[in-house]
Amino acid sequence: MSETKKMLYINRNAPYGTVYALEGLEVVLIGAAFEQDVSMAFIGDGVYQILKGQDTSDSDMKNFSPTYNALGDYEVTKLYVEQESLDERGLTVDDLMPLVYEDEDDDWAEKPSIVLLSRAELAGVMAEQDVLFNF
Amino acid sequence: MLHTVNKSPYSSDSLKLCMAYMQSGDAVLLIEDGVYAAMKGGESEALVSGSSEKVYALGPDLKARGIASDKLIDGIEVVGFDGFVNLAAESDKVQNWL
Repeated sequence: MSETKKMLYINRNAPYGTVYALEGLEVVLIGAAFEQDVSMAFIGDGVYQILKGQDTSDSDMKNFSPTYNALGDYEVTKLYVEQESLDERGLTVDDLMPLVYEDEDDDWAEKPSIVLLSRAELAGVMAEQDVLFNF
Repeated sequence: MLHTVNKSPYSSDSLKLCMAYMQSGDAVLLIEDGVYAAMKGGESEALVSGSSEKVYALGPDLKARGIASDKLIDGIEVVGFDGFVNLAAESDKVQNWL
C-alpha cells in the first residue's frame, strides 16, 4: 500500500462567479475517501467561499456552502484561513461559517475546523505538504 | 451610459478601470462577483464610496454570496432583476467590464 500523503487544497476563488470553488470542494470530498491527510487553505477571494449567510433562493444557482459543514465527517478538519485576506476584505472570523469537526481522540468533542494563520505561517504549512492543488 | 462590473475588485482591475472611465450622469451596476465591491470595510471601499455617480448592486447576487444589507457601503442602491432591466432600458448604451 502507498503511504499517506499530506495534501493541501488551496482555494483562491470566490464561489458562484466561476466553477473553481464548487469543483475544488468536490475534488476534496472525493480525495478524502482515499485516507490521505487532506487540509484546505482559503486565501484571496477564496475566503468568500465560507462567508456565512449565503442564500441562492433568488438566483438560479445551487447554494453549496452547507457542504463545507460535511468536511469534518470526511476527516478534513484543518481549514486554514489567511488573516491578511480577511483584513483586506474588511472581514473577521465572525463573518465566516462556524465550521466544526468531532474529535474522535477526544470523546468526539466538537472543535472548530477553521484555523486563522498569517501569510508567513501559511507559507510554512505549504512547505510541509507532499502535494498542493490550486482551485 | 450604464456600466456593469462582474469581477471581484480583489481579483481584477475591472472596477478600478470602470470607475476611472465613468462620466457625469453614468451609473454602475455591480453584478455576480462584482458585488463584493459593495461590502464596506475592505480595501476596495474607496473605489465605490468615492464615486460621484450612482452605484447599484444586484440584490440576488448579494444574497447568494451572504452579503447582508447592513454590510453595504452607504449610498449603494440595491436592485432586483427588474431594476437591472430598467437601468439598461433607460441607458443609451451599456458597457460590460468583464
